[in-house]
Amino acid sequence: MFRKLMTWTMTELLPSVRIALGTILICCVVYPAIIWGLGQGLTPRTADGSLIYGNDGRIIGAERIAQAFTRPEYFWPRPSAADYNAAGAAGSNLSPANPRLRALAEQRIAAYTPASEELVPADLVTASGSGLDPHITVEAALFQLPRVANARGLNEAELRATVERHAGENGGDLINVLLLNLELDGAAVPE
Amino acid sequence: MSMLLSLGILGTCALLSWPLGRYLTAVMEPPKQARGIQRLFETTIFRVTGSAAAAEQNWKSYAVSMLTFNGVMFGLSWMVLTVQALLPLNPDQKTALEPSLVFNTVSSFVSNTNLQHYSGEASLSYFSQLFAMMWLQFVSAATGLAVLAALARGLSGRTMLGNFYRDVLRATFGILLPASLVVATLLLIGGIPMTFKGAAVAQTLEGIEQVIARGPVAAFVAIKQLGTNGGGFFGPNSTHPMENPGYFTNVIECMSILLIPMACVWMFGFMTRRVRHAAVVFAVMALMLAVNVGAALYLESAPTAALEGLPVSQQHGNLEGKELRFGTGAGPLWAALTTATSNGSVDSMHDSLNPLTGLVPMIGMWLNVIFGGVGVGMINMFLYIIAGVFICGMMVGRTPEYLTRKVETREMKLALLAILVHPLFILGGAAIFAATPWGAGTVNNPGPHGFSEILYEFSSASADNGSGFEGLGDNTIPWNTATALVMLLSRFIPIILPLAIAGSLAAKKATPENTGTLRTDTPLFGFVILGSVVFAGALLFLPVAVLGPIAEHLAGVIR
Amino acid sequence: MSVLETMKLRRRHTRRASLFERDLVFAALKQSVVMLNPVTMFRNPVMFVTEAGAFLSTLSLFHDLARGTGNTGYTLAVVIVLWLTVLFANFAEALAEARGKAQAESLRMTRQSTQARRLVNGKEQRVSSDDLRQGDEVIVSAGELIPSDGEIIQGVATVDESAITGESAPVVREAGGDRSGVTGGTRVLTDTIVVRISVSPGESFLDRMIGLVEGAVRQKTPNEIALTVTLAGFTLAFLMVTVSLWPIGRYFDADLPVPTLVALLVCLIPTTIGALLAAIGIAGMDRALSANILAKSGKAVELAGDIDTLLLDKTGTITIGNREATTYHPLPGVDRDRLVEAAMWASFGDATPEGRSIVTLGEKTLGDRAPVEVPSATMIPFSAQTRLSGINLPDGKQYRKGAADAICDLAKGNGHAIPGQIKATVDDVARGGSTPIVVAEDSQILGVVSLSDVLKPGIQDRFKRLRAMGLRVVMVTGDNPLTAAAIAREAGVDDYIAEAKPEDKLAYIRKEQRQGRLVAMMGDGTNDAPALAQADIGVAMNAGTQAAKEAGNMVDLDSDPTKLIEVIEIGKQLLMTRGALTTFSIANDLAKYFAIVPAMFMLALPQLSALNIMGLPSPQNAILSALIFNAIIIPILIPIAIKGVRYRPSGADALLRRNLLIYGLGGVIAPFAGIKLIGVLLGAVGVL
Repeated sequence: MFRKLMTWTMTELLPSVRIALGTILICCVVYPAIIWGLGQGLTPRTADGSLIYGNDGRIIGAERIAQAFTRPEYFWPRPSAADYNAAGAAGSNLSPANPRLRALAEQRIAAYTPASEELVPADLVTASGSGLDPHITVEAALFQLPRVANARGLNEAELRATVERHAGENGGDLINVLLLNLELDGAAVPE
Repeated sequence: MSMLLSLGILGTCALLSWPLGRYLTAVMEPPKQARGIQRLFETTIFRVTGSAAAAEQNWKSYAVSMLTFNGVMFGLSWMVLTVQALLPLNPDQKTALEPSLVFNTVSSFVSNTNLQHYSGEASLSYFSQLFAMMWLQFVSAATGLAVLAALARGLSGRTMLGNFYRDVLRATFGILLPASLVVATLLLIGGIPMTFKGAAVAQTLEGIEQVIARGPVAAFVAIKQLGTNGGGFFGPNSTHPMENPGYFTNVIECMSILLIPMACVWMFGFMTRRVRHAAVVFAVMALMLAVNVGAALYLESAPTAALEGLPVSQQHGNLEGKELRFGTGAGPLWAALTTATSNGSVDSMHDSLNPLTGLVPMIGMWLNVIFGGVGVGMINMFLYIIAGVFICGMMVGRTPEYLTRKVETREMKLALLAILVHPLFILGGAAIFAATPWGAGTVNNPGPHGFSEILYEFSSASADNGSGFEGLGDNTIPWNTATALVMLLSRFIPIILPLAIAGSLAAKKATPENTGTLRTDTPLFGFVILGSVVFAGALLFLPVAVLGPIAEHLAGVIR
Repeated sequence: MSVLETMKLRRRHTRRASLFERDLVFAALKQSVVMLNPVTMFRNPVMFVTEAGAFLSTLSLFHDLARGTGNTGYTLAVVIVLWLTVLFANFAEALAEARGKAQAESLRMTRQSTQARRLVNGKEQRVSSDDLRQGDEVIVSAGELIPSDGEIIQGVATVDESAITGESAPVVREAGGDRSGVTGGTRVLTDTIVVRISVSPGESFLDRMIGLVEGAVRQKTPNEIALTVTLAGFTLAFLMVTVSLWPIGRYFDADLPVPTLVALLVCLIPTTIGALLAAIGIAGMDRALSANILAKSGKAVELAGDIDTLLLDKTGTITIGNREATTYHPLPGVDRDRLVEAAMWASFGDATPEGRSIVTLGEKTLGDRAPVEVPSATMIPFSAQTRLSGINLPDGKQYRKGAADAICDLAKGNGHAIPGQIKATVDDVARGGSTPIVVAEDSQILGVVSLSDVLKPGIQDRFKRLRAMGLRVVMVTGDNPLTAAAIAREAGVDDYIAEAKPEDKLAYIRKEQRQGRLVAMMGDGTNDAPALAQADIGVAMNAGTQAAKEAGNMVDLDSDPTKLIEVIEIGKQLLMTRGALTTFSIANDLAKYFAIVPAMFMLALPQLSALNIMGLPSPQNAILSALIFNAIIIPILIPIAIKGVRYRPSGADALLRRNLLIYGLGGVIAPFAGIKLIGVLLGAVGVL
């Protein structure tokens, strides 16, 4: 028994450990180092998370991470099941049959106080998978446009032009809420 | 539109899988007189492994080496997760995980499942992500490839199945590493971060503090997708904008799910010198995949029942749990792909899929042979082929044969045992947890969907998939322990038993094929495989499918 | 009517008796109750689980009755159908066994102990046949029964073997050579022979045959074991499905009654094939026996389906026993009629079939002009020295025929020239696979008559079918390679062994086996014994020597060389029946799910009524209908199990396609119709 164990240690266990360490060296040190190097060289901005810096150099957010907007002068993003926590992203995981989802949707619809006959775009009523979806549909932006224009005292047509300029991604159907709001605030928009 | 894109992705992968399959074969089974870079590669492998890689192994010693190496994988990563607080690359000061969670996580990644009861950005240091999780993603996938190569050797009549250590290194360095380098570079270009800086703290426009998690994501995601691992860097996996920032990365990640599992079928064909047989198997898998994808796309284009009658415009289908940037259809497509192969990453929340769409990923996991996990998908299919050949082989009036060798009691015993592990864990697990607070007390949704969550979790664990109906509160001691055991057993039993079958078949005399032999390279045989898989799946899982997703669909919103 | 004829009739009768003949059915019914003993049931995992389920449901019924709870009427119905299912299964096996026993019974009648005349030191001694031991020598005279199996060591006799073969034509058995074997229970018709007994009491062929058909020594065959294991696996899987439903039901606040769960389980597990499996195996042996093939084990019958290569003796199998005159080749300048006439004259004295065929051909050719035998002529018989035969007519004419060199020597000896043409003609004929017979008139060579092998009618078609089944047919012949090749081509065999010696056969078999092929052959002589033993299926002719019979794993009571083909077909049919009924059994499950699962959860999840696609009126009706269908399909399929599925020789793909269509697709559809029908009937009689 003991001899068998010794043989196994010598012929199986030790080589296994050796191979494990070898693969760790290559896969966990060399490989990430190469990719890291490539990232820093090729795409330094996105490699660090596409952060957006304010004029004072402080981080305002990340281009692709939704942040909470509740004031009327901002376009609002999609609802977030994670409350826009970018260090604890999550979806609602509510099933279509769950009455809670329906109740939430009713709440969200109410927040937009739609006129009768007016339909709220579905993306403003449903939470995304990550809770950090940075986009809304153009339709959803236009839906919010009167409120924002009103709050900011802007001409709706002008604002509409700004919104449409932001339409891009996925066949020109989507608006990055943070970037749009940044522009409205007159901050520099990263290229 | 989404249908077209899906077809494009499937078609491109299918086309690429052929040359990739040749490449896989060349790496796993290099010619005796290897030259140039390959010779260098082989000699380097010998140098690293020393004498251990020299010996040809029969199925038993191959399995022992495989288990030993996987044991070492288990031990080392367990150590890393327990002491991560003391290790470097921990800018956000993550602390040790709770033991049952460590057990679950390590089992999950060793078994190529990547079921995640933790949330990456909340619980793991960069060191743990890279040296435990990502390392396991490489070597567990390599284990799958190695075993498939061994199986193929056995089925071509060799009682010596090769050498596990040599195979695992060939797979890691010759296949997974180069592929990951390519994909990670593409992902970098697509905007995925690759940084060792800690989480960024932002002051939002409305003046709230937002902590933005990031990390060495690009390298991680590449192997996560290629190795049918599926464990996300972040909690919500590829729905997360840092893990899957846009349309382009979504397509790349989608294709990475499929490529190697598809190529594995060709590798099996090349190594057994049965390319036409492999083509039949491939066609069957492709057909099932197309059906699953088509069904998911169709079912998910229906508006969600949750918003029925509310003043909402739903022209994009069910948007709950989905990201807009991937476009409509990306969610159901991914859901079908990730569960057909045992990948388990997600780019939408499966829990929130329409009830019948939610059935599609479960079917993928129940069958677990639609290309399946790297290496192991074809191995699972082999089990169904053995079973199908046995029943249908009799109907041609001969003792059933597979690839010229007789399928008899021993082979059937082993094959059935390996096949039955899967329903045992899914049905048994779901039954125990549904009837007790262990499961019933952790569901996120009421009624049949709550049962579906439990069912999905065990299906995912047993299929070594890793996706989930994530509403389930599964970070509990019963869940962690039960699914960890299920993942380990359902990984290794269906790997070892097929090796035993191969060993047993290889020891038999080959019978020359003639017109009285059941041919394995005809559409009829494809139908036999398809029938075996579909019928087995239907008979085993129809009741639970009815009680979960179908009952939910028929009931509509609970009031 | 003699005793023998009565027995013969009786055996024919049982063979052809309709499946459900009354006596057999009664015996089988009785036996099926006896077989309920769980110890015997345990051999069959599927039916064992069914019986356990029936038992459990019965307990549940008593529990309900005692407490006055539950729907006892429904539970009672379920319990009854469950027990019926078990009984039907037992009945299927018992019926197959009863048929075997009936055959055994009629065989046993031939095995009554008889008086034997044992030779001890040259003196006769009257003993009972039961006391005969191996090595004893007995005398048997005309009209007596041969007391036990043995070999003739002295004498020639005609023997009536109809008691075992069913063939009424007597056969000739003689000492020495390959036709010396006799079987106990057969009757000597003429002459007296001395037989050396070759078996001890209770080990004769009849004894073995009786044991086999009675199932006393029936062992499961390899494929049967594999299938049993497979069915056990399926049973285990469905046990998981059913058992897991109970706790899952709790999640939905559904309390599933035990009888309902058992009903689902029994419907799902492959009871159809589980019930019929034993019957299929017994019936396979039975079919072999009906073809007068005595297989030494069920394994041999099963293996026969796997045969890849068939070694067939040319003579008697591929060609009719003897060569026949077919063509005349007169030398240049010789009138054809003169040659025909001369050949006829030369053959009048030749009683061999070849000689007679020359006369027959001549008569056909010349018609009225043909010569007629002259009584006063002198016949010159064939001898090994002269190697020719012929006739000397009273008018001095001498006709001779024989092998080319013999006739040439004769011509040369009498000063006649050897025509240059003759050698070429002889070679031509030989190359064409025929035997050249040279004919001379008064030592002058006239020409050649060719004797050719004549293929058995229909043999080419038969080989074509064998090839379609994937078999390689190899012809074994003592002819020279030239002749062999020609016949092989004509008959359409794949290969031939020319100038075959017994060791050539053995070597050929070994060669085929090295390439992984399974080989079947038939043989009779002691010379064949090693090859018979080496072959995977060795069929010895009953007329053959004891050594041959011991070496083979089957004995053909008819000594008919084409039997090999039948053996293979029986083997294939056996496996096909198993595969087809397994497929059918599993395919049935889909419909049963649609009947039972919605019914089970109707209370807890009323929305599932949408899945009741058969429109069954109530949950109880649905469950019972499925269960009843599951039970009665067993007796309905007994005829298929016993007769075997229809077999047409064709390639594997065609067979599979056909069987999948009938038993796979049919198996999916049939129960939908069947369950619906039973449901309607149950509703109509107002049960549920």
